[in-house]
Amino acid sequence: MKVLVCIKSVPAVAGRIMLTADARAIDTRHLGFAIGPHEECAVEQAVRLIEAHGGEAVVVTLGPAQALEQLRDALALGIARAIHLVTDGEEWDPESTAAALVDAIRADEGASGPFDLVLLGNEAGDSAGYQVAVRIGRALGRPTITAVKGMTMGDGSVRCEQEVDGGRDVYELRLPAIAAVLEGINLPRFPSVPGRLRAKSKPVEVSQPARPVQHLEMLRLVVPQGAAKQAEILGRGPEAAPAVVAVLQNLGVI
Amino acid sequence: MGPVLVLVTASGGVADEVALQGLALGRRLAPSGPVHALVIADEAATTGLGAWGATQVHLARHAALGAQAPDAAARILDDLATQLEADIVIGPGTEAGNTILARAAARADLPFAANCTAVRAGNPLTVTRLRWGGSLLEEAAIHAARAMLSVAPHAIPATPADGVATIAPFTPELDDADLAVRVVDRVAAVAGGVSLAEAKVVVSGGRGVGSADGFKQIEELAGLLGAAVGCSRAVTIAGWRSHTDQVGQTGTKIAPNLYIACGISGATQHMAGAKGSRKILAINKDAEAPIMSAADYAVIGDLHQVVPAISAEIRRARGA
Ligand SMILES: Cc1cc2nc3c(=O)[nH]c(=O)nc-3n(C[C@H](O)[C@H](O)[C@H](O)COP(=O)(O)OP(=O)(O)OC[C@H]3O[C@@H](n4cnc5c(N)ncnc54)[C@H](O)[C@@H]3O)c2cc1C
Ligand SMILES: Nc1ncnc2c1ncn2[C@@H]1O[C@H](COP(=O)(O)O)[C@@H](O)[C@H]1O
Repeated sequence: MKVLVCIKSVPAVAGRIMLTADARAIDTRHLGFAIGPHEECAVEQAVRLIEAHGGEAVVVTLGPAQALEQLRDALALGIARAIHLVTDGEEWDPESTAAALVDAIRADEGASGPFDLVLLGNEAGDSAGYQVAVRIGRALGRPTITAVKGMTMGDGSVRCEQEVDGGRDVYELRLPAIAAVLEGINLPRFPSVPGRLRAKSKPVEVSQPARPVQHLEMLRLVVPQGAAKQAEILGRGPEAAPAVVAVLQNLGVI
Repeated sequence: MGPVLVLVTASGGVADEVALQGLALGRRLAPSGPVHALVIADEAATTGLGAWGATQVHLARHAALGAQAPDAAARILDDLATQLEADIVIGPGTEAGNTILARAAARADLPFAANCTAVRAGNPLTVTRLRWGGSLLEEAAIHAARAMLSVAPHAIPATPADGVATIAPFTPELDDADLAVRVVDRVAAVAGGVSLAEAKVVVSGGRGVGSADGFKQIEELAGLLGAAVGCSRAVTIAGWRSHTDQVGQTGTKIAPNLYIACGISGATQHMAGAKGSRKILAINKDAEAPIMSAADYAVIGDLHQVVPAISAEIRRARGA
């Protein structure tokens, strides 16, 4: 089978988020980048499908030059080749992101055959648009399912599970299909050293799509002003236990 | 401004709270104009929506709507929006709501803004929406003939109104393609212990716990407090705990009276799931950890000594 995974490179923010002077991006001068958690699971799912059924898994990203690093991360985990749609760093809205991915899918399918499954994260780690998957599905006329927490391959179909109140809803999609997964669907592996070495020589196809007019136009980012607290130090080490219990009693917890 | 259409999702005959928050947003945007509500299949959920701001309720009935089918819902929403010439379509910012709005937007070639906390009418209409699980806000302009958006949970309170809505049942047009993706089976969950999302007290461990085995101390304290056990993503990716325990942006959002975070640095993505906690106690060996500016109380020290000492002290206090 042939599987495509769509990943987005996001800044690995940890503490307080700092913005650039024009407030249109996160200041990443002191940050690394990462594949979002849902998408890490999508990559893992793709690798497992190929291990179980044979075939080829491909990874694609639309992002700046530095996103090559995240493509290499995916290649190190067992994806065969990558497609890099290079941007100048300016963000693309989900509608134009989906359109660029659809163009890339059509081009790849024209050259090397259809993808049985396109895997995505449920929502991008940073911008959380909740829509790229269904837009791709609509454009390609393929059944699409989001919020997938469980997946089993059938004969010409895929069984997908969503977590809902009180249990799981099961969907059965005819292939080719599109699925957006949630973290927890699997436990992603870590790349091995030989995997990292192999990734360096795997093919990466590069192109530079033009950024269309944005219909969801990001104007600026704002860091919400949470009440900046300073924790009251109850003590140091195990000697703090009585002070902790006093607080628990005050809060009515015990 | 023209009519507003609000998708009201429901389960078991009861409208979802976030959907009522969507009605409140609709009312704010159209203080005197019509606020249409769309309910799909669930007839019982149509009652009383006037008291939450709807002026007219549309109930979609169709033999095939018994099973959930997001594309069918999207088509119904899109067709109704077109028929009503709605300027704004609002849905609940839940998994189910977001996927229906996104699908309807894709059908109509319209942009979609998920999880909005504020909407400003105007040309163009602008919104504030959540990024990074709420750790960052985005202000965006929607350039479209019709604004499609979802309202983030708890951003806008559901607001009682004194209206009575008319209810108009209709049979939507649906074909096989709209029903290709639908629920074919339902698997009941196995009942577990205290649910993380609803627990009154949560005791979580992070990378500082050091191993799966290290969680015995966390579990012991949680047991004494009748608390649920949570963890950070560092823990789930290490395989020490299952993802069902993860608190955060890509895990569970919790809202306990007390959150005890042990060996957790307090990354924004973790706090995105924990900020609904009324009080936070951090146990960390690093007095400079970011969690210190989110916590109410802290103990500085090695959690492997502090946590058992707290458990012992609770037993002593209870005279056991
Ligand atoms: C898009 C995205 C989504 C994410 N979603 C989530 C999410 O949902 N949930 C989540 O948790 N993370 C999430 N993350 C990851 C997040 O950024 C952090 O990497 C993660 O929360 C760190 O976990 P931690 O605090 O346990 O580990 P660390 O950051 O390594 O912190 C460990 C802490 O333990 C302390 N410590 C160490 N040993 C001891 C000891 N013996 N006693 C006491 N203290 C000790 C250290 O001082 C330190 O503060 C996400 C990241 C991205 C990019
Ligand atoms: N720039 C991008 N490049 C590749 N895939 C993307 C990109 N943006 C989003 N995606 C994929 O689409 C999913 C949903 O994104 P969104 O709808 O923007 O929240 C993500 O989890 C990714 O799998």
